[in-house]
Amino acid sequence: MTIQQTNDERRTRRQFLQTAATGLGLLALSRQALAAQTIELPLPGGTDSRRLTTAFPGKGQMILQRTRPPLLETPWSVYDKGVFTPVDEFYVRWHWADIPTTMNPHTHKVRISGHVDKTLEFTVFDLMKNFKHVELAAVNQCSGNSRGYFQPRVPGGEWSNGAMGNARWVGVRLKDVLDAAGVKPGAVQVQFEGSERPVVPTAPNLKKSLSVDHARDGEVMIAWEMNGQALPLLNGFPFRLVVPGWYATYWTKMLQHIRVLDHEDTNFWMHPAYTIPDNWPQANMTPGEKDVKFVPINRMVPRSFVTNLANGAKVGAERPELVRGIAFGGDTGVKSVDISLDGGKTWTPTQLGRDYGKYSFRQWSTHVKLPKGEQTLLVRCTNSDGLQQPMTPNWNPGGFMRNVVESTQLIAV
Amino acid sequence: MTQFRNRKMQHHRLPGMALCVVALTLIPMGSASALTLKTQTIELPTSTRVFPGDSAGAKAANTYCLMCHSAGMVMNQPDLPKATWLVEVNKMKNAFKAPIPDDQVSVIADYLDSIKGKK
Repeated sequence: MTIQQTNDERRTRRQFLQTAATGLGLLALSRQALAAQTIELPLPGGTDSRRLTTAFPGKGQMILQRTRPPLLETPWSVYDKGVFTPVDEFYVRWHWADIPTTMNPHTHKVRISGHVDKTLEFTVFDLMKNFKHVELAAVNQCSGNSRGYFQPRVPGGEWSNGAMGNARWVGVRLKDVLDAAGVKPGAVQVQFEGSERPVVPTAPNLKKSLSVDHARDGEVMIAWEMNGQALPLLNGFPFRLVVPGWYATYWTKMLQHIRVLDHEDTNFWMHPAYTIPDNWPQANMTPGEKDVKFVPINRMVPRSFVTNLANGAKVGAERPELVRGIAFGGDTGVKSVDISLDGGKTWTPTQLGRDYGKYSFRQWSTHVKLPKGEQTLLVRCTNSDGLQQPMTPNWNPGGFMRNVVESTQLIAV
Repeated sequence: MTQFRNRKMQHHRLPGMALCVVALTLIPMGSASALTLKTQTIELPTSTRVFPGDSAGAKAANTYCLMCHSAGMVMNQPDLPKATWLVEVNKMKNAFKAPIPDDQVSVIADYLDSIKGKK
């Protein structure tokens, strides 16, 4: 009983801190006021007005992309606060509307079955007790992050750049869990399925697969903690898959089934859904191009952004002005982040912030001295493999893997 | 269970530990995390938004599209060519199994083109 009270108090305190952190002292009042607020995303051709919402449990103020099933985008200002994305502002993306609204960590189990020596089931507490705990900082980014900037525009979740987040994930290695079940020789892929279900029962449930070698690489995790907190239900409580360096479509939420397959997974969600033109890292084609080979989306590519100055911001002319932002290398670390003020002819390195690991956001900063007038600031990440962000945007019909060099218009006065 | 809670409580006396761990790669952690996991129950907000108008297309869209997703998903889309809307409606019917009758597919696609068509 004493422990119970302590837990409740702790949770209440955490809620208070979250509330205070977002500056919403008068929660009830502010919620109503905020409900009516809208934000303009500068998506080419529109529709770019979105409501801001605080109506989703466990979530602070988010950009409402879709109510059901929820698509909630992280407001851009959040990324300037630090290298880790606050849990209550971490973006949310669900495929099907039948989402369990009650999750009991004592009864929800993940089942490992298929091409294994023995079928096993674990609650989150079983995982905690039976396997070594690991922690990893990693970016979780939607395959379609920034889809709204594709031209010509493509259908789908019309995100700005806020369908990504960075967290310290704590959990267990998938490898250890698979080894406990005993992967049989001849295994090809490992398939993951969560607890969400389609409203129409005959619709294909969301299932994603990784190669056996990838699943056993010792980096893929089953995580129950992000940034020191339990996963909010909307981010996959009680646990989700963490696939460092890979797009979030593989980071199965509310993980329920792990099936070791002795064949390649050909289900709808591996192909044709979530596929890219077979020319990684470009994922590029011409609109209308025929006979393009598509393959399942996979490793992420480098990106970098300015976070402290918005497009059209006024800065002082002829004096050092601070510019800072975040970058990530994709499937490996950040080697450098450079800026250009002459359209990409010359590049100047920035100072990189603390390194939290190769899969994490990395902050960068520098000072620029701008002549009077309108200036264009370009920012470009080069990752540890030497891969650089391209100067021209890619295009594909899914709106996947955008990573063009971002440009910010500044007015020096 | 009691034993588990005790382990967590012990770990909790060393709050600095977790913070010291800067993950360059996967970092093994010595003991259970300090986290308390309890049943989460939430209520998801609903949307009352419907497709505008009272045409046959609006009615069909309200009947079949809103079964699986709120109207905002469509209303937030850019203007798209009519052929793209037809592909989308067919995808909903064939891949996602929306029970759209054959004769309503073009009715819905025409309607979407009328409100969100790329001219």
